[in-house]
Amino acid sequence: MSITKDTVKKISKLSRIASNEKFEENMIKDLNSILKFVEQLNEVKIENIEPLASTVDQELIKREDKVSLMNEKKDILSNSPSGNEDFYVVPKVIE
Amino acid sequence: MSEIYKLTLCQIIEKIKSKEISCEEVTKSFVNRADKSKKLNCFIEDTFDQALKKSKDQDNKFESDKKLFGAPIAVKDLFCTKGVQTTASSKMLKGFKPEYESTVTSKLWNEGGNLLGKLNCDEYAMGSSNETSYFGNVINPYKNDKDLVPGGSSGGSASAVAACLTSATVGTDTGGSIRQPASFTGTVGLKPTYGRCSRWGIVAFASSLDQAGPMTKDVKDSALLLEVIAGHDNKDSTSAQNKVEPFSQKLKKDIKGLKVGIPKEYKVDGISKEILNLWEKGIEVVKSLGCEIKEISLPHTKYALPTYYIIAPAEASSNLARYDGVRYGFRAEGKDLIEMYENTRSLGFGDEVKRRILIGTYVLSSGYYDAYYLKAQRVRRLIKNDFDEAFKNVDTILTPTTPSSAFAIGENIDDPIAMYLNDVLTVPANLAGLPAISIPAGYDQNNLPLGLQLIGKPFDEQTVLNNAFAIEQSINFKPNYKDWWM
Repeated sequence: MSITKDTVKKISKLSRIASNEKFEENMIKDLNSILKFVEQLNEVKIENIEPLASTVDQELIKREDKVSLMNEKKDILSNSPSGNEDFYVVPKVIE
Repeated sequence: MSEIYKLTLCQIIEKIKSKEISCEEVTKSFVNRADKSKKLNCFIEDTFDQALKKSKDQDNKFESDKKLFGAPIAVKDLFCTKGVQTTASSKMLKGFKPEYESTVTSKLWNEGGNLLGKLNCDEYAMGSSNETSYFGNVINPYKNDKDLVPGGSSGGSASAVAACLTSATVGTDTGGSIRQPASFTGTVGLKPTYGRCSRWGIVAFASSLDQAGPMTKDVKDSALLLEVIAGHDNKDSTSAQNKVEPFSQKLKKDIKGLKVGIPKEYKVDGISKEILNLWEKGIEVVKSLGCEIKEISLPHTKYALPTYYIIAPAEASSNLARYDGVRYGFRAEGKDLIEMYENTRSLGFGDEVKRRILIGTYVLSSGYYDAYYLKAQRVRRLIKNDFDEAFKNVDTILTPTTPSSAFAIGENIDDPIAMYLNDVLTVPANLAGLPAISIPAGYDQNNLPLGLQLIGKPFDEQTVLNNAFAIEQSINFKPNYKDWWM
C-alpha cells in the first residue's frame, strides 16, 4: 500500500490539519518511507495471536463520583484563547 | 561550599539535613549556574525567584522528615505545574498555565522538593534529539568539534542533570525518551514499569506506553526519586496498586548469583563497534560481580520499532485531538469553526507532530485498521511473550542503551527513519511495559558517554536498581566535559 496525494488530503481532513500543495508533497515522501518501514510486520506470523492493547494486569479501579473543589470554572476559562470569562467563544456555528 | 551543584541529590539532602549547608545556598548554587548556562537552552521557563523565596522559607521552617527537603528540581515541560506555563515544547500550548498540578510533581513538592523551572523537550515528546521543540535545540554539555544533541525527547532534562543545572529531574519515556538522552549525556535514567507512576497531569503522547521516571547523576538518586514519585493514584486508573518499597534504603551492590540475560538479537544492524565493545565490558563486569551470564533469545526484537511506529502514532493521533484552539493554548482564526480547527492545528503543531498524527490517523482509518493497528497490537503481544519467556530463566537483561553516541545537531533531521532507529534498543521495554534503566558505562573514542541498559521484570525495579548500582560502583564513571559554554 502506498500513500498518494489524495490519501494525504483525506487523512489531513480527518485530522483537522489544514493542507496545501507543499505540505502534501513533503508528507507523501515521509509517510511512505514510514509505511515501508512498518510493513516489515507483514513477515510476522500472527494467526491466533490476540491483540495486546495494554500491559496493565489489574482490573481498572473505579472511583466514587463525588464533588471536589477542583476544576473551578473561572480558573479553567482563564486559559481559553477567546478571553471570555463565562463562555468558550468560537466562530458562529448556526446561521 | 563553592561547588554544591556538583553533589548528587542524596548528598545535597544529607548536607541540608545535617545543617552543613542551607536550602538557600543550595538553590542559589543551581540558579547561578543555570543563569550562566543559557547557551545550553535547557529551560523553557525558570522559576528561580519563586525557588529562592521558597528555599528561605524552608530554612526557617525546617522539615527534616521530608525525603527531598530543600532539593531544587526542574522538571520536563510535559508535567503540568499549577500556575506555571506548561507547553510540551509546542507552540500549541504557549502560554498555557494549568490550574492543577500533575500527581508526580505534586509528590516531589510534598516531600520538600523545590520547583526550579520547566525543561525543554521534543514537541509533545516526539523525537530523539530535542530538535522538534518549538523553543529551539538543547545543547549537550559533551561536544566534539560540533555542538551535539542531548538526545530526546527528555533532552533538556538530560542536559540539565549532566551540566549540574538541577539536582535531579523527572522525565517521561514512551519509547526511550528517558534512557536514550541519559545515555547521550552520561547520566542515569530510569523508566519504571508501566503503571508504577501516575500519568495524571502529564501531557499525553501514547497512553499505553507513557511512563514518568527519574533522571539523575547516579543510581541511588534514581532509587530515591522513584520511591517518592511511584504509587497508585485514584486519578489514573492504569496506575498500579503494587506496594512502593523504600528503593534507596534497600539498594545493595551485592548481586552475587543474579542471572543476567544477554539477548543475541540486540546486536542490531548499524550498531557501532564501540557500543559492542562496551556491551562486552558490561558483561565482564557483571561476571566479576558473581552474576551468572545467560545467552537468551528475544526473537521479535527487530519488529519492536515498526510495531511502536504504528501504536504510538495511533494513540497520539487520538490524544492530540484535544488541541482544537477552543479551550486552551494557541488559536488561529478561520471563517468557520472547521477552518478555525484546521488552521489552529496546522500552525500550532510542528512537522514531526503532524507526521505522527497523519500516520496515526491513517493506520486507524477504515480499511487499514486491521492491516496496521490490529496487526501491530498482535506483534506487541509476541514481543511481550518473548520477555515473559526470557524472564523464566533470568532476573535482568543487559543491553546497550543506544546504537551510537550523541550526534551533531542537524545530522538526522531530514530522515525520520534514521532518527527513529535511535530507539531500536529502548522501545521493546515500553511495548512490554517493563522497567529499564540506562547507566553511563564508558566513553567512545571522541570522549562521548555511552550507556548500558538493564531491563527487569514487571515491578521489580529493586533488582534493576541493585544490578545498576553494582555496575556503577564497579565502573566508577566520572563526567569529563569542560564548562565550555560559560
